[in-house]
Parts: sequence; C-alpha cells; structure tokens
Amino acid sequence: MDITLQVNGVPRAVDVDPRMSLLDLLRERLGLIGAKKGCDHGQCGACTVLIDGRRANSCLALAVAVDGSEVTTVEGLAGGDGLHPLQEAFIEHDAFQCGYCTPGQLCSAAGMLGEPGPSAVTDDVLVDPDLTPAEIRERMSGNLCRCGAYVNIVSAISEVAR
Amino acid sequence: MKTFEYARAASPSDAVRRSGPGVMYLGGGTNLVDLMRLGVAQPDHLVDVSRLPLDAIEQAGDRLRIGAAVRNSDLAADPLVRARYPMLARAVLSGASGQVRNMATVAGNLLQRTRCAYFQDVSRPCNKRRPGSGCPAIDGDHENLAVLGRSDACVATHPSDMAVALAALDAEVHVTGPGGDRIIPMPGLHRLPGDAPERDTVLEPGDLITAVELPPPPPGASAYRKVRERASFAFALVSIAAVLDVRDGAVAGCRVALGGVAHAPWRAGRAEQAIIGGPATGEAFLAAAEAELDEARPLPRNAFKVPLARNLIVRTLEELTP
Amino acid sequence: MNRVEARVKVTGLATYAAEYPVEGVTYAYPVQSRIAKGRVTRVDASRALTMPGVLGVLSVEDPPELAEDADGELALFQSRDVAYRGQLIAVAVADTYENARAAADAVRVSYEPADHDVGLRADHPGLYRPEVVNPDYPADTERGDVEAGLAEAAATIDVTYTTPVEHNNPMEPHAALALWDGDGRLLVYDSTQGTSSDRETIAKTLGLPASHVRVVSRHVGGGFGCKGSTRPHAVLAALAARAVGRPVKVALTRQQMFDVTGYRTPTIQRLRLGADADGRLTALEHVAYEQSSTLVEFAEQTATPARVMYATPALRTAHRLVRLDVATPSWMRAPGECPGMYALESAMDELAYAAGLDPVELRVRNDPETEPESGLPFSSRNLVGCLREGARRFGWDRRDPEPGVRREGEWLVGTGVAASSYPARRRPSKAAATVRDGDFHVQVAAADIGTGARTALTRIAAETLGVAPDRVHVELGDSDLPDAPVAGGSMGTASWGSAVVRACEELMKNGSEGHADTTGEIATDSRLARHAFGAQFAEVRVSEVTGEVRVSRLLGVFAAGHIVDAKLARSQFIGGMTMGLGMALMEETHTDEEFGGFLRRDLAQYHVPACADVQHIEVVWLDEQDERLNPMGSKGIGEIGIVGTAAAIGNAVHHATGLRVRNLPITPAKILMARF
Repeated sequence: MDITLQVNGVPRAVDVDPRMSLLDLLRERLGLIGAKKGCDHGQCGACTVLIDGRRANSCLALAVAVDGSEVTTVEGLAGGDGLHPLQEAFIEHDAFQCGYCTPGQLCSAAGMLGEPGPSAVTDDVLVDPDLTPAEIRERMSGNLCRCGAYVNIVSAISEVAR
Repeated sequence: MKTFEYARAASPSDAVRRSGPGVMYLGGGTNLVDLMRLGVAQPDHLVDVSRLPLDAIEQAGDRLRIGAAVRNSDLAADPLVRARYPMLARAVLSGASGQVRNMATVAGNLLQRTRCAYFQDVSRPCNKRRPGSGCPAIDGDHENLAVLGRSDACVATHPSDMAVALAALDAEVHVTGPGGDRIIPMPGLHRLPGDAPERDTVLEPGDLITAVELPPPPPGASAYRKVRERASFAFALVSIAAVLDVRDGAVAGCRVALGGVAHAPWRAGRAEQAIIGGPATGEAFLAAAEAELDEARPLPRNAFKVPLARNLIVRTLEELTP
Repeated sequence: MNRVEARVKVTGLATYAAEYPVEGVTYAYPVQSRIAKGRVTRVDASRALTMPGVLGVLSVEDPPELAEDADGELALFQSRDVAYRGQLIAVAVADTYENARAAADAVRVSYEPADHDVGLRADHPGLYRPEVVNPDYPADTERGDVEAGLAEAAATIDVTYTTPVEHNNPMEPHAALALWDGDGRLLVYDSTQGTSSDRETIAKTLGLPASHVRVVSRHVGGGFGCKGSTRPHAVLAALAARAVGRPVKVALTRQQMFDVTGYRTPTIQRLRLGADADGRLTALEHVAYEQSSTLVEFAEQTATPARVMYATPALRTAHRLVRLDVATPSWMRAPGECPGMYALESAMDELAYAAGLDPVELRVRNDPETEPESGLPFSSRNLVGCLREGARRFGWDRRDPEPGVRREGEWLVGTGVAASSYPARRRPSKAAATVRDGDFHVQVAAADIGTGARTALTRIAAETLGVAPDRVHVELGDSDLPDAPVAGGSMGTASWGSAVVRACEELMKNGSEGHADTTGEIATDSRLARHAFGAQFAEVRVSEVTGEVRVSRLLGVFAAGHIVDAKLARSQFIGGMTMGLGMALMEETHTDEEFGGFLRRDLAQYHVPACADVQHIEVVWLDEQDERLNPMGSKGIGEIGIVGTAAAIGNAVHHATGLRVRNLPITPAKILMARF
C-alpha cells in the first residue's frame, strides 16, 4: 500500500506491506536506525518516536495506520545539526551505558515534557504537578533500561525540565 | 503475522458495513497488533476505526460522553474527567505507559485481552484461544490469574484498570452493530468465562463501541489503587476502585470494584450491600470484604489475592472515611 | 569523563549488529521445537516454500554442513533429537522480515515426543558432582570438621534459599548479519561481548579457518553475560546466508531470547553456619544444587564465595548438578557470586540475629587474614573498611535491630546490609598503538557493551602516554584488531588495559608504534587472592496491606582498586545495584513443568526494574592502592555491583517485617502468604 509520512520534516512516500510496523519501516526501509527494537510488543519503550508530536511505541503502530502523520525520531529530535538539550543532558549526566534504550528514552522524555496533567503518583489529579524526580520516574517508566541508568536519566531530565 | 487487507472506515456505519467473518476493528493497536504478531489474532481484514470522529469528550446534561476513539492519555488529562471522576483519571494513569496511553483508545482498552501466559503463546493449549484445547494454567502458572468467578475452563483475568473504574461508576457502553444500536451497562460488558471463555464480552460479531457514557458521579469520596510488585508499567495483581459516602457516621453510599481477580471487572455487590446503611468502621468493612470474598476459589499459587483483595477493600474504605 | 561514543548514541547513529546497511539483505526467522524431549520426525516446508518472497527453508531434512564437534547448542539441524522446548529446529529465509516470519509459521513439524523432566529438586536422583565448576574451580572443598564446628557452636542456623531462573534481558535482542564473499570468507556483524572468541567459535562450528571469518561488533546493546559466548543466531545467519547466496539478517525476538540465549540457573542452596559466643564462626557449609542441559555441562560456581569471605576453622562447599531437558544455562552478571552471595549474606544476617550480634559487627569479626580456602594472602582486602564507611554514611549506628517495629502509616520500614565480593582477574590480550598525524591510535578487539570500554581504554592510553584523552582514538569491536578476551568476568578493562599500557609504553620508547601481548606477563603473576569487595546497605518499605516492597534507599561502598573513570564507574556500580534490586523483588522466569520450556517470555511478564522502582542509590568507593593486579591497579567493576544487593534488600525486608522470605524474588504474594 502507498503511504506518505513526514519523517523528521522530510516527506517520504513508500509502498508498504500492511503487516509492516512503523518501526520496521523506519529501520529497514528508511535507513533510520535510531528507533530500536527491544521487544516488538510495546513493553520496553526502545522504539519510542513522536507521532504528530506525541510519544508512541512505533512497534505497535502499523505503518499503514499512520499514513499522513508527522514522525520525529531521535535523528530529528534536535531539528538541525546541534544537539537537543535532552541529548546534551544525557551526555553530561552519563544517562546511558549500552545506548540501546537511549533513543527511546530521549524521544519519550521530549514527549513527556509536553504532557501536562497528573500522573499515577500525583496526589491531586486536579493539579498539574511540578516535575519532581518522583513524577519523572513514573512518567518515564515506559522506557526500560537494563544497564540501570535510571538515576542518571532522571537527573538529566530534571535539569532540562527546570 | 498472517497477511490481511487493511482499510480505513469512513464512518461508524461504514465500519459496521465492512464487518463480517475474519474482520477485526483496529483502534490504537496497542493490543491487537501485539496479538497479531504473536499469531493469537489472525484477521483477514483490518478495518481501522482509530480516526473515526469518535474522539470527543462532551458533557450531555449531567452526564459525560466519552468517544470510543479518545486516547487514554487524553481521557486522563481531560479537565472534566479530573474534576468529576478523579478515580477514572487515576485508573487510566495507572495502566501501561505514557507511550501506550497516547495510542490506546477507550474502546480498545475495554476490549484488550487477557495477558495469561498460555493465551499469548500459540504453541500451548488455551481454551480462550482454541476452544476445547484445555487450560494448563489451572495446574500451571496461574499466580496472576483469577480467584473470583473462574470456571474449570478458564482462569484468565481482564487486565484493564480503566474498566474497573468504569464498573464502579455504572458507566454505559454505547454500541452500534449489524443489529442496530444498543447500550450495555458496566459491569455487564465483560462476561465470566463459564464454558465459553473464548468470548470475553457480550458484544456480537460486527459490534462497534462508539462511546462510553458516565452518569453523574456518585456522591462521596473516591479512590483507585493498584497493587503490583513493579512500581509502574505492570498489570495489577489486584486493584480497587471505590466510592464511599458517609453521612452522620453511617454509610449512605458505597461502590467497590476489583481488578485483577476475575475474567471481568468485579463489582463487589455483596460488600456494598453489607456496608450501605451501616457504620463506617474497619470492622464493618472487614466483614463486608469477607462476605464478598467468601465465594473466591483461589488456586494454590494465587491464594494471596484473597487476603490482598480483603486488605485493599478495608484499607481503601478506611481511607475514604472522613 | 563523558563517554567517547556519547554523541553517536544520543543521535541514533551508533550501529548495532542488525543495523548495518547492506545491499540485497534478506531475513531469516527460526522455527522452534514445541516439545521438550523426543525426535523431529518430519519438517514439512512445502507450503512455506510457495509463499511470497521465500528463498529457502533449512532444517534437519537436509542438514547443513557443520563441524562434527560443534558445541551442542550451535550444531543446528544436525540431529533429529530435541533437547529442550524452544530449540531451533528450522529456519525460513525470505526477502522481507514479514515474509520470513510468516513462512516460518507455515513450516509444519511432526514430532515423536518423549517424557521430559525440567524440574530442579534437591533430591533429584540425577544429581551428581561435576568435575569442576566454572571457570575451573573444584566442585567440592572441605577443610576442618563442619559437624564438630556446628556441635560446639553457641548459635547455629541451617537454612535453605532458592533463586529462580533469571534472564539477562539486555535491551538489544541478539542479532547477526552474515555476508559471504566469493572466496568463501564470512563477515558477521554480531551482538557479542567478544569478537575474537566469537570468530574462533563461528569458524570452528562452520569448519573454516579462523582467518576466513571476521566478526564486527562496534556497539552492543548490553550483554550481562548472554552475549559472552557465541549463540545460535550467529551460526543460523551464516548458514542461511550460505544457503541462499545472499546476505542474511537474523534478529531474535524477545521471546526467542528467553529460549536460546542462556539464563541464570535456578539454585537451591543449603547453608549451615555456627558461631561461638563471641560471634566467631565455628563452621560454614554451603551446598548448591543447580541444573544444566543434556547438551552441555554448565556448572555454575555458586558456592565459591564461601571460600573467600569469612574465617572459619571448618569450611565445606559443594556443588551438585542435574542434567534436565532444558536449554543450557549460561553466564548472567556475576554468575556464581551473585546467587551464592545472596544465600551466604542472607544466612550471615540470620546468624547475626541468632547470635545476638549486629550484622556489620558479625562480618567484621570474621574477616580473615588470608583467603580461607586457599590460605593465599589477599592482594588487598578492604571489606571491613567498606562496612565501616557504609555504616557511617547510612546511619547504621542509629539502627534498632528489633524487626517489625518501625512504621510509617501502613508501611513497615527496615534496613539491611550485605557484603559484596568478586574476583579481580585478568587474561592475556594483545593491543597495538600507533602515532598518526600527531594523534594516537589504539587498537584492541575489545567490546564495549555499555561498560565504557572505549572511554576507559582512552583514559588508560592517555595516562600512559601523558597526553590529553582527546588525542587518543581507540578502535575496538572487530576481530581483525589485535586479539582480546571477552568483556566478561569483570576482566575486560584489566585485560585489555594491561595490553594497551604495554603497547603505549613501547610506542613511547620507539616513538612510532607499539604492539603488546600480555600472555607472558600474566603467566608470571604471583599467586595471590585477588578480589574486589564491597558493602551494600538497603532501606525498604513493606506495605502491610499489600505486601508490596519499595526500596527507598540503596548505598554501595566498594573497594575495587584504582577507579579508572569516576563518572563511568559510578554509573556501572549503580547499574549493577539496580539489576540486584530486580533480582530481589521481581525477576523470575517460570519453567513450564507440563510442556517444558519457559513461560512469561516477554518484558511485560518478566519484570526488570522500571524507572519508578529506583528511588535513591548512592555509590562511593574507598581509595585502594593495589600494585599487584595490573599496570592500572584496577579491579573489574562490572559485576560486583549486583553482588549482595538482593541479600541487603532481603535482610531489610526481614528487619521491616520480621519475615524471612528465603525464595527469590520477594513478591507481595510471598509476604502476604507468610503474614496471613
């Protein structure tokens, strides 16, 4: 099936197998290897990209179902040759080791910073809470990191959220 | 994954028109794509209903109408939901992850399938997936499975958090289908397994959920609490949605629904009846919880869910007592 | 310093095994056994072969040519015998991933099943004493009279702990991309912890000279042991590529990883300890029961920490193994030490209570002068220093030992301590250093699996050369580079770093280049007991309503020689402790007794810690000078972080609740069933 996506600001027209996930489309057809396949079932977050500005698991999105969407991957996060503040902070805080979950963490964090409203740990759901470490931990729990870089991930995001 | 034809529905009636054997509706895909990749779901045709104009949250008099395609995160962030049904916002927020909630729809959340390890593995038997093949969970891995309303054919649990809150709120599920439009009360959408565990709900083939409507919130204080060994991004061992209205020391109203204990969100009607009209005391709550759990039939490795559910009922209601 | 490859990792440009752009690449997807024991009677690929894009199906019906002495886990499609459920028994190759996967699903396999046995029990009739346990320790040791020591003790305990099957679950699933050239030479992009050994094994398995195989592995998405030996996916990719005459990519699914990439053996461990009235050990016995497959003997060194930790006149350690119809266990972060120290350090806590002594004090009193089993002197041993410093930082002196009495609302609060230790070894390695355009280029076939090897070796070279790190460029992850041992056993930096130092020293002498091989140097290392040590402290909250356990504080104090890079070392210690938290509270793969194989083979069911589980972890280390390790004076730090964490958390759960949960993980189910 023919679909068209804006990927990191560039229109891409592709003919895809209906079975193909957005993740596989990015990695196997468009040469964008930033989004990672860690579980292929939405259970690890390594494939996180922004679809129309919102963080999503690209492994759970069929490519045909996101026809017409704007997709931002880690390759396009900074919007230019420099680094996004989150990328800078991840480097300075040593917020990764093997690096495999990192693109998903970064896209997830970028999406998360644009999501006001309560989380499961917010005391009063009527309030848009400050992004305390506890709030960041809960909101970033969809991105697993087996190297155990969470402590540094939270401090990196905290710095940018300030 | 088996090959399939993909089409996008133009309207709810168009979607229903396209329904038939081998046809499935695709919402956010967070469970269906997952199950297709595992071979558990093998549709010949996918009708994408995720972009139907069913994504509004609207006040209808003193009721709230939530479109079936509203994303979970939008539901939880909605000012009306947060103000009037904070328990629902909290239940939704305690499910899955930020990414999944951005994708998953209200209807898809209701219709997600059990995460029983046998159901998800096509190389093993499962009565829900392949009727008549057997239920190895009963003598095998059932630690996370049902203690209430289970049958000898199936001990699966329904994994949704949102559905537990909706069951406590007396929500109504609006459905359109080949047989016309109808309204299904919550609880009531989800079945107990009986001898037909392959049927999760009372929906008929081709039925499409269009909205969930909430009656005015019941008076009183409410809470949603979810228990899990991982602090986030995990299904409930047991969860509870509760509302308690205490006036002059006596309970005027009480709603309790449990998650993680049955094939459906479990409305604890016996406990509610025992509590309403009586004193708001820990002893009364304990007696009510025990009355409710009297009919539990735990298996060797999920027996902990009975004291867990009991403790959760008592503690949650105590905390809701002014 | 910041990681030298940081920028490519945060911009998505770092290439992992499955990510190299290759013209005309095809995809292979394996078929797995649905029985745990028996024979494959027929593999019917007729339907699969008619499906769109399918290039071929390989199976035992037409066995591919392999070396006759190939490792049992790598000898793909050579035998009709099935050793475990999930074993790879065929593979479909197609033009796209979707087509390959659909074709694999369409392969029909007929079996002649036999009765299987997948359950580890301490009374299993098949238990035996292996010749050695990993890597080459005696299975049993005995010194002094344990029974007499127990008989004369003022306090004794006799307890059994169990640990479940655990899976490494690095975030990057195993993947390989295989390309043959016209001369019969093979290039494999593999996710491996060691390109040199991976090349050797792949070549040997395929019956090729090692010079005909090249393995490239520039970035590896974690390993934790399960990429330490060649796994079947790499052989599968090579065979499939040879069969279809095109490059082939194999990327295992998360579910397949559970079946064919190794796991930590479950253990049953019995500990008998005795102490006199002063709290000095009179006897220590540690017996471990564990499993291996029918294919390969893998005997984990679970009881070996007891040979290192405490002074006692009577010490007995033993390992018993049973061969079951299961996949072969493999290495998982601190194999042996991690489950063994969980049991030993939990038992020491129980002994402290039995003897009426503070758990820190009990360990201090039993600190040995020399290594208890061998009698060798330690190159350095600062366990007591770690315990004392940790106790001071943690506020241990304010601890009331009484269990089950601190409460914050429904949450019972407790603290616990455990010791850590891990061997500090090194292996022979080669390295080369050259000067080019005023910059220094260092080459070694090391692997950076997230440990920061590039960065650590850059620093080591820069310090040896006396130049700024930005003038040093380290190249690794390629078997064409000077041979190097795997990133494992906490030996990477010590082994590669030794060779890098020697190569740089030679370069400084001749001004142009240096080539090092440390085989001779290491052969003359003096006989000493070389270990890193540490102390871990945990504070937990346990809900008396739900049985949930939350870890509010972890502190690790380590003595690991010279720390090469403070920033990366802190991250690695924290990472180990985070994995230890998972081991304590959630990690468990269920063995399917009825059908064989494993259940809950994904990340929604096999829980590893999420961000919300990790609240506060503090790590410090003692300044330890040890000249008798290697030129850097460093001890490996990749594994010690996980050793002891689970025991510290379990001991804190006891302190909070009064309950001893002796079967990991410590779940709400176990706490609730013990309390009610």
